[in-house]
Formats: sequence, structure tokens, C-alpha cells
Amino acid sequence: MPQTEALIENPIARFSEEEIEQIGREFDAIHDEVFADLGDKDATYIRTMIALHRQLALLSRAILLGSRYKPAWLLGTSVLGIAKILENMEIGHNVLHGQWDWMQDPRINSATWDWDTASPSDAWKHSHNYVHHTFTNIRGKDKDLGYEIMRIDPHQKWHPVYLLQPLYNLILAGFFEWGVAVHDLDVEAVREGTKDMDELRRQLRGIGHKAWRQVAKDYIAFPALSGPRGFKATLAANFTANIIRNVWSYAIIFCGHFPDQTYTFSEEETENETRGGFYLRQLLGAANIDGSPIFHVLSGNLSYQVEHHLYPDMPSSRYGQIAPKVKDICERYGLPYNTGPFSKQFGSVQRTILRLAFPGGKPAAKPGPYVPPADEEIIRPLIAV
Amino acid sequence: MPEQGARVQMPRMAALVLRGLEYFTWPLNLDDYLELISPLWSTKELRGRIERIHAETDDAVTVYITPGFRWRGHRPGQYLRIGFDIQGKRQWRAYSLSSDSPRPDGQITVTVKRTEDGVVSRWLHGPQATGSIVTLGDVEGEFVLPDPVPAKLLFLTAGSGITPVMAMVRGLERRRHLDDIVHIHSARTREGAIFAGELGRIDASHPGYSLIFRATAEQGRLVPADLDAVCPDWREREAYACGPGGMLDALGEHYTAAGLGDRLHVESFEHFVLGGIEVRGGTITFAASGIAADCDGTTPILVAGEAAGAKLPFGCRMGICHTCTGTLTAGSVRDLRTGDLTHAGTEIRTCVNCPDGPVTVAL
Repeated sequence: MPQTEALIENPIARFSEEEIEQIGREFDAIHDEVFADLGDKDATYIRTMIALHRQLALLSRAILLGSRYKPAWLLGTSVLGIAKILENMEIGHNVLHGQWDWMQDPRINSATWDWDTASPSDAWKHSHNYVHHTFTNIRGKDKDLGYEIMRIDPHQKWHPVYLLQPLYNLILAGFFEWGVAVHDLDVEAVREGTKDMDELRRQLRGIGHKAWRQVAKDYIAFPALSGPRGFKATLAANFTANIIRNVWSYAIIFCGHFPDQTYTFSEEETENETRGGFYLRQLLGAANIDGSPIFHVLSGNLSYQVEHHLYPDMPSSRYGQIAPKVKDICERYGLPYNTGPFSKQFGSVQRTILRLAFPGGKPAAKPGPYVPPADEEIIRPLIAV
Repeated sequence: MPEQGARVQMPRMAALVLRGLEYFTWPLNLDDYLELISPLWSTKELRGRIERIHAETDDAVTVYITPGFRWRGHRPGQYLRIGFDIQGKRQWRAYSLSSDSPRPDGQITVTVKRTEDGVVSRWLHGPQATGSIVTLGDVEGEFVLPDPVPAKLLFLTAGSGITPVMAMVRGLERRRHLDDIVHIHSARTREGAIFAGELGRIDASHPGYSLIFRATAEQGRLVPADLDAVCPDWREREAYACGPGGMLDALGEHYTAAGLGDRLHVESFEHFVLGGIEVRGGTITFAASGIAADCDGTTPILVAGEAAGAKLPFGCRMGICHTCTGTLTAGSVRDLRTGDLTHAGTEIRTCVNCPDGPVTVAL
């Protein structure tokens, strides 16, 4: 990704080294407090979530046996879509992050887990856990910044191919899992010829295997179970559920780093970065989505993207709990806490994609320091917990 | 990867059917759905359920476990690795089975003495254990009676070392093989001795079994030289001993000196008996994280690393499961149990090895 000069100064620059260290210690303290407290409650949470996914999956597959009747089709497809969303977001993504490795349960472990998506878990863990989470929002190093196919940051040099980005943005939304799988191959390295060919062949075989298993399950085995008269309807239902899951995860994930509020960084800005600097970059480079507890679970708690990026290996169920402490640090140090309702976050991402398809563009105005909302502005969530 | 339970052996046809069903369940397998009905139906990892916990003495309990699907049984004297989920975290321990196989209700038992800082033993003495699901490892151990049973037997046990021998005595009673057995059991007091009641009953009802109880608080410890007085024909008996490492070492020397080394069979679970091994300790560098940890001559690499904040794989923490292994890339380590020296370039278990000078581990 060709880079240009920084168009906006990021707030890290105004802190002294000592202040950054102090902020780092405060963020470390939140981490340590949670990890010292992990126990049965947390284990029960993830086991319940996993059981819930399996029950929903069974239920939806049972309903879809009668998929040739319209109401059964609609209900079964919706339930299957939700099951697939849970499996990908709150369970798969987070287990593969190693958030539950502390339990020492070999069956809920990042080393053994596989998920119902096109990405083989090994390749994804490298491109996501290592590359994206380490180099978050560093232009030229974080390959998730526009996924090497989109211009999502005005610093990226324009190219005529980006005129098509509003179109392939839509296709990506529907087939997001395939986009991620191909992205994990490191398309740029393949194009430049720096990718190891044996490695590429191995990864392609991995994707091929996953593709075959998904086809075998969703487009052969379960449709066949619905009988000759239900085959097509079940196939369509499963396809739709996969699209629902893809669009949802696309929407949540694009809201993670691309809303107007977030900063990107040049490699020079992040040279000799300390632990405190790392936390600050994660805080400024990610954005949350406000929502109800159910929304947070369905988003895999990636609606707490800020907390997730500060602590990628922390059990996701704890993000909501530490959010007030993160906000408190933001308030005391005059830092922004990026968040907003889904419509606002998603809207600003889509606007950026449209605008940056064309040459030029400036970084959006950034929010100032976090200010706690006044009491009368606090909206009660749909379901209190 | 964390330590795993024993794989369940399925008949070939059933395994084929299971593989076929994976076309529906991928990337999960049928197991993941069967678990919703009963965790004991696992076909991947053997599980068990703690049915009840019986207090044997003030500080020892017998844990009754229903093993899962296709439990393959054990021989009296063997031990079993068990993974307990405590505070959300799986903790593996190896315990001698105290039950003869098989109990009529299909349950197996282990008998556990509470230790001061024992995470598992204290949990088993608490209210949460009953009803919980545990993961079962493989049945292991060579401490078993041969078939046919030797004509004359001598059991030498001390403290909780009674557990594997209790399983043997139960088995012998059931098979009516209590023909000519001397059992010398030491415990601090008669009241505090595990299985005192049952051993007394067997002693009273079977003339072929004679129990010699030694309350060490009053009579002092049994030393091998006492054998001549307590059991004059010990040389003619096949001996099975289980107890603290010191006692087993002394017995081993005594039998070897008498030229009867192969008459003695021992079992010890005190893996951390140092027996005067001198280890220097040193600084450990963990290559993956770059963390350096100082380690004294009595602390395992695993413990020192964790204290320094390194994230290390671990399993049984007693040198059995090989989960914690990493390659020693520089320096030498000593096994805290045996004193064996291992040099760079080999896989070592961090839970039982201690640095002998500065070392680097590829973890």
C-alpha cells in the first residue's frame, strides 16, 4: 500500500514518555485484575454459549426439514443464521484468540478449535491475531486496513481500480468469509511474488478443504435430508443463512476500525513504541458500537472493539465490565473513547468507502477527549443484566 | 495444547458411522452434540461424574466416580490421571485407584488425603465436587499383582500409600485369594488411618490375611531392619510397598543388600522427594517471550517461569503427561526427582526440571 505524508497529528504526540508509561501501567492493572479473577463464572459463560449455539443449530436444522413450507423456511433460516453468527463471532473468533486457553480445556482451546467459515484457523490466527492485532492501524503494516483491496484511509494513494470499490464492497459483504480466507493468503505478497509458493499451496489446500466441507454440509447433506421435495428449499435456506452471517460479520468488523473517529499511524510514528504507546494506538485505532447486551453477544463483543484491541486475549464477556474503567482512564488523560450507535458507525464507514473511491479526501474530524454523558442522556439498554 | 483425557476406543463400524455423520456436524463432531444430553457420552475424551464423596478420616475422602462410555477397567494397584475443573481451570492429578475392579455399581474410587496447599485435594473436601464432571486419562502403572497371584505376599504401606494396596486386598478378597498375606501398615495414629475399619474386618474374617498395624506416633517408624522381628519370613514373600519416598528408598537398599531386589515392587507418588540432589539453579530465558526468570535449585522451570509472567503450557505438573515440554536450546537442567542431568538440544519437561546454571528454553 503506497503511503503519503501524515495528514493529521495523532494525540499520542502530546504525551511525554513518562505519561505514556503511566497510562501503560494503568491499562496493565485492568488486565491483571481481570485475569486474577477468572473462574467458574467465566467457564460457565463460554460453555453455555457453546451449548446455546449447538441447540440453535440443531433446532434450525430440524425446522428446515420442513423447509418446503414457507413459515418453516423463514423461521429455520433465521435461527440458523443466528446460530452461525454466534459460532463465528462470540465463540469462534474469541476462542481462536486464546481468550479461553486459561481454562486448559483441550476442546475449548485456540490450538484445537476450528470454525464454520472459509478460513482455516491456522492461517487466520497468523493474519489476524499476529499481523492485525500487533500492527493495528499502522499504514503499510496492518493488512486489515482496507484489506489490501479498498481505499479506506485518505493516506492511501488513489488508483483507478478504487472506482469499483463501492461495487465490490457489496460483494464482499455477502461473501465476507471468502474474502477473509483469500485475504489470509496475503494477496499483496502473492502479487509481488514474495510469498513462499509451498506455503501458498498448503494454504489453498486448507481453504479448498474448508470449502468442500461447507458445500458438503450446507448444500448436499442437509438438503438431501429434507427429501427430494425439500432439497432446493433447504439449500436456499442454508445459502441465505451463510449470507446473513457474512453480512452481519462484515458490518460489525468494518465498524471496528473504519469509522470516522479512528486514527491511523505511520511506521515512523510507531517506531520504538513502548507498552503504553501500544495501548494508546489500540485505543485510538478502534471504535465501539453502542448496543444492548444481546447486540454485544451477537457481535461477539466486537462492539467492544476498543477493549478487545487493548486486551485481545481477555475473555470477551469481561469487556463490558472493564469498559467503565477504560472510559475513566480516557477521561483523566483527556483521551477520546471512540463509540457510537450502529447506524452512525456503519453510516460513516459506508460514506468513507464511497468518498475514497475517488481521488483526494481528508481525514474526518476526530472526537475530542471523552466526556461522560449527563445522567439524563443515559439510555437504558433493552434488557438489563 | 493442554493435557487431554484418554481417547475412547470405538468399534470400527461405530467409528465409520461417526465419521459419516461429520458431514452434517462439521467442523464439530457428533460428540459435541451428544454432550448436550450427557457429558459422559463423549467418544473423544473419556469423562466421569463424581457421584459421592465419603469421608474416610478427618483429612481423607474417597471419591466415587462413574466413568463414561466404554470405560475399559483397571487392575488393582494402577493409577488414573483425572482432570478436575476447579475455578474454571482444568487441574490434572494422578491418583491410585482404591477400588477393586469392577464395583457392582460400575463406579471407581480414588482416595485422597487433604494437603495444606493442595488445590485439588481441598476442593474434593469442599461442597462443590459432588456431581461435577471430570476428565479421565489413561489407566497407568505397573504396580499390579501378577497372575497367578504369588503364594506368599507381603504388603508394606504407610499413610495414604495404602490406596493401591487397598485395591489389591479388595480384589484378593473377592477372588478368595487371601491365602498367606502379611500386611504391615503404618499411619500416625490408629484413628487417623485410612481404611482402618475395612482392613480390621478383613483381618478378623480371613485367617490367611494378617494385618500388623503400626501407629508411628507411639511406636516410631518402621525401619527395614525391623522386618526380621515383625515378619520373620519376609525373604520368602513377594513384597509390594507404597509410601513416602524415604521409606521406599530404605526398603530398596535393604532388599538389594539381601540380594532380593527383584522381590520388591514399589509405587510412589511423592515425585518431588529430592533425596539430597544438589541442583545449582540459574537464570532461565524463555525464547518465545524473551522473559528471563531467576530460579533457585529447588523450583521447577515451569513454576519460576510463571512467577516471572511467562505463559507456559502445563499439564499434570508432576512429570507424567509431557504437556509442558519445550526444547532446551542452551545450558543443562537436572530432573528434580532423579537428579538426571540433561543437556541442550533435547526436549525437557519444565515441570520437573530445574536449571543447572543459565539455560534457554524454546517456549
